[in-house]
Amino acid sequence: MIPGSFEYHTPSSISDAVALLQQYGEEAKILSGGHSLVPMMKLRIAEPEHIVDINGIAGLDYIKEEGGVLKIGALVRESDLEHSDLIASKFPIIADAAKLIADPLVRNRATVAGNLAHGDPANDHPAVMLALGAEVVLTGGSGERVVPISEFFVDLLETALKPDEILTEVRIPMPPANSGGAYFKIERRVGDFAIIAVAAQVTLDASGNCASAGIGLTNSGPTPIKVTAAEAYLAGKALDDATLSEAGNLAEAASDPTSDTRAPAEYKKAMVKQMTIRALRRAAERAKGGN
Amino acid sequence: MTEITSESLGGIGQWVKRKEDPRFVHGKGKFVEDIYLPGMVYGVFVRSPYAHAKINGINTEAALKVPGVITVVTAEVLKGLKLDWMPTLAGDTQAVLAGDKARFQSQEVAFVVAKTQYAAADGAAVVEVDYEELPVVMDPEAAKAPGAPVIRDDKEGKKDNHIFNWKSGDAEATDKAFAEAEVTISQHTHYQRVHPAPMETCGCVADYSKITGQMDLYITSQAPHAHRTVFAMISPFQEHKTRFISPDLGGGFGNKVPIYPGYVLAAGVSFLTGLPCKWIETRSENIQSTGFARDYHTTTELAATKDGKITALRVNTQADHGAFDAQASPTKWPAGLFNICTGSYDIGAASINLDAYYTNKAPGGVAYRCSFRVTEASYIIERAVDALAQKLNMDPVELRLKNFIQPDQFPYKSCTGWEYDSGNYQAAMQVALDKIGYPELRKEQAEKRARGELMGIGVSSFTEIVGAGPRKDFDILGLSMNDGASIVVHPTGTVTARLGVKSQGQGHETTFPQIIAEELGIPQENIKLEEGDTDTAPYGLGTYGSRSTPMAGASTAMAARKIRAKAQKIAASMMEVSEEDVEWKNYKFQVKGVPEKSKTMAEVAFAAYTAAPEGMEMGLEATVYYDAPNLTFPFGTYICVIDIDNQTGEFKVRRFVAVDDCGTIINPMIVEGQIHGGLTEGFAIATMQEIRFDEQGNILNGSFMDYLLPTAVETPVWELDKTVTPSPHHPIGAKGVGESPNVGSVPAFVNAFVDALSHLGVTHIDMPVTPWKIWQILKEKGIAE
Amino acid sequence: MSTHAITVTLNGEERTGEVEARLLLVHFIRDHLRATGTHIGCDTTSCGACTIMLDGLPVKSCTLFAVQANGCAIKTVEGLATNGEVHPIQEGFMECHGLQCGFCTPGMMLAALGLLERNPNPTAEEIRWGISGNLCRCTGYQNIVKSVQYAAAKMAAGGK
Repeated sequence: MIPGSFEYHTPSSISDAVALLQQYGEEAKILSGGHSLVPMMKLRIAEPEHIVDINGIAGLDYIKEEGGVLKIGALVRESDLEHSDLIASKFPIIADAAKLIADPLVRNRATVAGNLAHGDPANDHPAVMLALGAEVVLTGGSGERVVPISEFFVDLLETALKPDEILTEVRIPMPPANSGGAYFKIERRVGDFAIIAVAAQVTLDASGNCASAGIGLTNSGPTPIKVTAAEAYLAGKALDDATLSEAGNLAEAASDPTSDTRAPAEYKKAMVKQMTIRALRRAAERAKGGN
Repeated sequence: MTEITSESLGGIGQWVKRKEDPRFVHGKGKFVEDIYLPGMVYGVFVRSPYAHAKINGINTEAALKVPGVITVVTAEVLKGLKLDWMPTLAGDTQAVLAGDKARFQSQEVAFVVAKTQYAAADGAAVVEVDYEELPVVMDPEAAKAPGAPVIRDDKEGKKDNHIFNWKSGDAEATDKAFAEAEVTISQHTHYQRVHPAPMETCGCVADYSKITGQMDLYITSQAPHAHRTVFAMISPFQEHKTRFISPDLGGGFGNKVPIYPGYVLAAGVSFLTGLPCKWIETRSENIQSTGFARDYHTTTELAATKDGKITALRVNTQADHGAFDAQASPTKWPAGLFNICTGSYDIGAASINLDAYYTNKAPGGVAYRCSFRVTEASYIIERAVDALAQKLNMDPVELRLKNFIQPDQFPYKSCTGWEYDSGNYQAAMQVALDKIGYPELRKEQAEKRARGELMGIGVSSFTEIVGAGPRKDFDILGLSMNDGASIVVHPTGTVTARLGVKSQGQGHETTFPQIIAEELGIPQENIKLEEGDTDTAPYGLGTYGSRSTPMAGASTAMAARKIRAKAQKIAASMMEVSEEDVEWKNYKFQVKGVPEKSKTMAEVAFAAYTAAPEGMEMGLEATVYYDAPNLTFPFGTYICVIDIDNQTGEFKVRRFVAVDDCGTIINPMIVEGQIHGGLTEGFAIATMQEIRFDEQGNILNGSFMDYLLPTAVETPVWELDKTVTPSPHHPIGAKGVGESPNVGSVPAFVNAFVDALSHLGVTHIDMPVTPWKIWQILKEKGIAE
Repeated sequence: MSTHAITVTLNGEERTGEVEARLLLVHFIRDHLRATGTHIGCDTTSCGACTIMLDGLPVKSCTLFAVQANGCAIKTVEGLATNGEVHPIQEGFMECHGLQCGFCTPGMMLAALGLLERNPNPTAEEIRWGISGNLCRCTGYQNIVKSVQYAAAKMAAGGK
């Protein structure tokens, strides 16, 4: 399993990297964590002629809160999220997901931005970011643009990224008080891609009812899925068993999985419902201050 | 002088740390891939993307233009050397490179040789092969269907896909017992196709000298001597000028028993070019093309009285052998020791009928962490006994106790012809029941069921049959399955010992010196063990089928005893008494009744080289080739508790108690490690491992991405215990242990899954048992949404 | 295609190489630097046999290009012992029968060390999660967990 040959570039700034992308177009690929790209290159499924390694660009490894927004730089590794106090205290949903992505060794390299930019519905962060209502910053030849995550995933392995753009930052609104989230993943084995997974984020109002909810589905269709019907349904409701069950039904209805080596589609659909219920329940517990 | 004890020597039964470990923890192990020779070239295969396809032509032009590529070997080139086909260990033939057609997906089609691995891969990527797809045959049913495509049309006159039929037992007596039976059960099972997947893949480095005619082959071989002999029989290489070196092996589990095309090609390339040639499989190649195991489709029937006495067993199996019959079974036993399938039970009559077929899948049929086909045998009987218990509404433990061979029946002659050497099945069962708290678990299960919760308790009481074997019955391609041990005591009282078996992680360098220490009174740290080099090791058939301790353990003990007998004569002469007046006591020679007058083995050894008695040859060494009078029959009882989520089918193994009886234990630490490993592989087979194909013959999970092995997270915590019933015929009473936990645990897991759902009318679930399979049942039964 | 001159610090020693950009780090370490204790067990980033420490963090060296390690510090199994003295993690594996065939062991020890550096006193469960990127076919992991616990205790007592 030997990759094909390529030219290797090490830009020292985003603008240099973008210039290289402009120069080489579709023949170039960004290398950050590389844990989606390099395996594909070893199998020669991907044979880019130019590799633009952005790991040497300084200042992209931040996780910070700024003006009510959590900002995650392009070179933040999964293990950085996993061990971040800020994430643990404010975004348990992200901490849940980070711990379940591949394995601890992969997480020392793999990046959040790469996980999103790859456009793979089997990746875990897309659903989480959909649940959280994140935005991504795309930097290209014509400058920066900010795209809501709900508009980012276009098709299987296809995103809103233009050939000369780099996903440079993820922005997530800081959750209001009485918020909580959870990520529930059914997997064949630890470290595997999800059979399906569900990300749920809720904010409770003063009476303990659901003020707002965000729900994202992993590996349940050709793109990551935002379950807007369930989100709308939950608003203003008490999160009792019947309500959770109905939210589960709506999530199941929104899912469109296919049968594969992981499981038959009917199982995946049923699990979307189950995991939606469980993720919402845990999210609500956390919103009330539990763990 | 301090007293010599087994403990001070590190003798049999002692917890001795491993001698192998220091080199491995420092990264100084020497595996085949670690061999680098000057001028070495690399070979990479081009493999068939089709399961069955005619090959109309191979264009190597582009590959030959890749910088660094030296040559591309095809079947046509091999034909000139009469190496395009090779014999398999089962007496069939196998294409070294596909010439006429490809018969399974990922079959070897061309071998690109280059100065570097990278160049070879580049070359392989541009070899153009003109394939013409043929219809595929993917299972025995399809293989025997009228008009099925004939896979082995290379064999003259071959008109179908049938390989052999094998029968055992007494069909007439069995049919009679079934006709008279009060109760019968019939159960269909598929023991799925699995792959051993040791962490190190297969590979070799061939180094031929055109000047001396010497061929050195560094090879991932569990049986270097046997492989060398076969090699010499089919090639221009003479055995005395061919040296097989099997260095450190990164696991084997049966995967490194067959002979693979890569070995032949590396050797051929080295012979032709005079350059060393390295071939190392990738993991995906390993899973897709080398030594699979199992793939038995079986109907098992039991006849019994209504109070649960089993009267007969009838077994019908269709075996899927893949495109070439390359299974590793002794010549007389085409289905291995599968007729041990009466298991731990005293059954009056049994009849086994087995048909093997060619299919468009990779060859193999290796004994994956088991003696030949014993996993398959143990699985069907342990599942069937549970099915009978279910039908009789009887506790599976009670049914087993009712049918066990009784302790006073040993040696026990089974109705399929085996003589079980020793056993006490009730005792092992009792230890397991007590340890796990069986009655309390059944009570808990009843309470949980009342609440709609799912919990299963699985029991398995297996009997293994290992240590092949007595040469009247056991050979591979005519080679007697006996094993040598060669021991030299040096003048200063230290020892070098060499064996014909080959460790792959079992810790031979530690345990075999413990046997010698016990027999010779020499501390184990002063004993060095060597294996795997055919230039120095005595002949032997290698390590698989848990045969190292039963065979080489016996030859080691007997060689040591031969040395002791000579040493006794020398000791008598040193102490100036007659030999009869000397006794071996407290690990030294002493004059009977005069304990203060004694000689240690080290003192005797020095004398053997400096002052041997008149008329005696100097030196102190012996070589023994052991021919076993019988096989050995390890056994045990395993009990497993599983909790199942009734909405998702996800499960957790809450407890697993394994009580093993492997006879005399040489090193408890190593035995414990072997059992942990075997149980884990059993867990993997029961819940994860399966090589799957689609209807076109494409492998669906040909890499570690999808051919799943358990991580530390899923792997249960194992609780071990033991009974000790020595083998009466083995020199030290040992039986072998590496494979029992795999043989015994697989049915324990499946029995637990079925038990959890038995109240819903579920009688069987085929492996691997996955959450989605459980969920489908729960959904059908109206439990899950 | 161009080649690149790279320099790494392998187990404290500066090493250089002239490499193709596509050369995988594991091949650089094994084939070029001949530190063969780092193994290759798969081709899909699944097994962890190739685990090394790159600038102090355990990573799978089969999924990085050698050029990416330019200027970095690499620790492999050969660098665990210092001045001939075994590291507690090595000692733990030997004391607790944490290895059998030895093929996964180097990667396993480095992954475990990475865990202990983040979490010096892990529970058995945390150890199992911490080594979940490393496959072992021989031990069933149980004695590996014990080995890591042994090392943790020894390191806490000032062993390293």
